[in-house]
Amino acid sequence: MSFPDPIAVFRTEAAELLEQIEAGLLDLNVNLGDKDQIDAVFRGLHTLKGSGAMFGFEALAAFTHHCETAFDRVRKGEVPATQALVTAVLEAKDHMRALVETPAGDHEATSEALLANLRAAVDGAKSPGVHQAADVPAQTLFKIRFSLPQNAMANGTNPLPLLDELRELGECTIVADRSAIPSLDLLSPTDLHISWNVELLTSQPRSAIEDVFIFVMDDMQLEITAVQAATAAAKSPERQETPIQAAEPVAAEPVAVSAPRVPAPVTAAPAPTDAKASKASENVRVPAEKLDELMDRVGELVIAQSRLSQLAGGSGDLQLRAVSEDVERLSGELRDTMMVLRMVPVTQLFGRFRRLVHDLSHETGKVIELVTEGESTEVDKSVIERLADPLVHLVRNSCDHGLETPDERRAAGKPPAGRIMLSARQQAGEVIITIKDDGRGINRERVRAKAEASGLVQPNATLSDQELYQLIFQPGFSTAQQVTNLSGRGVGMDVVKRTIDALRGTINVISHPGEGSEISLAIPLTLAIIDGLLVRVGAGRYVIPLSAVEECLELSIEEDMRSRGRSFISLRDSLVPFLRLRDLFRTGTKPDPFQKVVVISTGSERVGLVVDQIIGDHQTVIKAMSKLHHDVATFSGATILGDGDVALILDVGHLVAEGQQQEAHLRAAG
Amino acid sequence: MSASILTVDDSASIRLTTRVALSNAGYQITEAVDGMDGIAKLNAGQFDLIVTDLNMPNMDGLTMIRELRKMPAHMGVPVIFLTTESDNEMKQQAKAAGATGWLTKPFDPESLVKIVRKVLGK
Repeated sequence: MSFPDPIAVFRTEAAELLEQIEAGLLDLNVNLGDKDQIDAVFRGLHTLKGSGAMFGFEALAAFTHHCETAFDRVRKGEVPATQALVTAVLEAKDHMRALVETPAGDHEATSEALLANLRAAVDGAKSPGVHQAADVPAQTLFKIRFSLPQNAMANGTNPLPLLDELRELGECTIVADRSAIPSLDLLSPTDLHISWNVELLTSQPRSAIEDVFIFVMDDMQLEITAVQAATAAAKSPERQETPIQAAEPVAAEPVAVSAPRVPAPVTAAPAPTDAKASKASENVRVPAEKLDELMDRVGELVIAQSRLSQLAGGSGDLQLRAVSEDVERLSGELRDTMMVLRMVPVTQLFGRFRRLVHDLSHETGKVIELVTEGESTEVDKSVIERLADPLVHLVRNSCDHGLETPDERRAAGKPPAGRIMLSARQQAGEVIITIKDDGRGINRERVRAKAEASGLVQPNATLSDQELYQLIFQPGFSTAQQVTNLSGRGVGMDVVKRTIDALRGTINVISHPGEGSEISLAIPLTLAIIDGLLVRVGAGRYVIPLSAVEECLELSIEEDMRSRGRSFISLRDSLVPFLRLRDLFRTGTKPDPFQKVVVISTGSERVGLVVDQIIGDHQTVIKAMSKLHHDVATFSGATILGDGDVALILDVGHLVAEGQQQEAHLRAAG
Repeated sequence: MSASILTVDDSASIRLTTRVALSNAGYQITEAVDGMDGIAKLNAGQFDLIVTDLNMPNMDGLTMIRELRKMPAHMGVPVIFLTTESDNEMKQQAKAAGATGWLTKPFDPESLVKIVRKVLGK
């Protein structure tokens, strides 16, 4: 039987636990009294510590232990949960991640600093004088003598943990009594001949010591004698007060310092899918690469199946046809199931923004409220991974440039807390992710001025709002007058655009001055297999992603003649520019008498593609193009057809842009 | 037939370690992710021994043991706690609830096997 590597399993588990802890802490930040969240955070820390120690992450276990202890006290009501404490543990949590990822690194200084921070937060939270008595308890010196049965070790009892537990109770001197060890010839290595004498100075009662031996008590010998009640005076009030007062100024200081930072409350709607999310961890875990492998196989199967369909279609064998239809149906179902397997809810992706916004509101001094919506929307796993960076950038941008400071907001008659809304929804074959803020909106004049200054636009060119906004995604474009830690370095927005392009997605920007802006990303649900429309242009066959196809029309010879020179067709009272793919691809063959126009769109923009023949729909397994063809913009990939030929997949975004550009040219020419 | 053991822990890595140790020692392992799941697994089968964590979401180990002692089919099943807690109050509660043994995490897989052998009397 083979097992996965426990360390790898632990790392995955630790990542999940840290996420859980973070979510719990952020919820607590909103509602400090939330008992369930306190328990959840405690449990997360507890499990992390336990498993960490199990797999040799000792630094992690030791460090986490302190946070766990702090939360244990909160849980037991000894210390109230405060924002200072939550912030301290949040920072500590980041450090735990580092300890999981690089356990061998030098973390000591950071650990120390964070723990000092945590202690300050805990001490600051303590209501003075209430629970202090426990800190200066009376101590008693116990003499303990114990011996275990001779066969104890053979039966699985290990005396060392017992000694460790005694050490935990207080100051401990342990002396092993080796007098009973027999001479070598009589010694049986599995027998236990040692007994122990222990002196223990502890504040715990006698029963605590007895409890250490609770599971071995029946067969062992144990004598416990209390020698002296050492510090009975500790119970007097005078002694009690001194340490408290000494501790207080130290404790109060860091809290006072952090107080002005803390009130920026990040209200995040608690995820309604919490229960579902934690349920998900009960599922079977499969490494992503295995899924990818399976996806590849399914892809091959789909290709083989379409070859079979073609063969069956060409033969008169009815039985073969029936089998081929069955295989077609089954492979279609298999493909759909496979897709579902790869889908994960965006909860996880959105989860990390709560932390980001929390940090950003601290950094910028703005009060920011993050609202998330549609977290249960499911998207292909690899899409989610690749969406993370662009989204981080967009959210940072909204926090940094979009939202105003509380003062500015008040002056504009808005509530002081800025609001960022992150939502996801599915629409046909796409997932739409929207980042919306209620900030100042995009400053059109500044974008324009900047674009002109950097030569992106001619000074007298007329641009629609959409065109103007798209300029912010150009490389090197940034309107921020001041470069901040977060954004404004002019790198990023073009990277966002590039990433979304690579995902075959589109970006849509809406902005109202003074009211805020909204950036929507429309991303296809999956990257691996799409439904395509197979068309023929000249002798070559091409695939158009079906999700982009609006309609297909016939282009009669007359209309074709009429439209020579200009490239518009009239489509229900609106003019749609079109591209002759025959010209674009320089096919050189004679055109078919009845050419077709396939109208494709990217949301708001439309363009027609003139093709020779529409062959039909085709399950397209996307294969990436080689590095050599990396720069080819017209095609986004290739696929293998049933007969083994290769068909190129048209890049819709690029073609639409080209069509629109052509339109703009013609308009400019008059 | 080899003895059948139910392991209950919310930590996947601990479950894995327990499973590796005990199945290499020749035991049949069934896993549960928390007390609630443990009860569900108990309802569905018979076990010779239960190895459980204490602090778990949904239902903790103590509650699970108390519940299980009420189930006629499982009243006498020995239970070993495998947990980070070394809190004596907890131990007392565990013993009162009917625990047979206690092993503190981090644990040595070998000592787990030894304890299990001892409890199962082999």
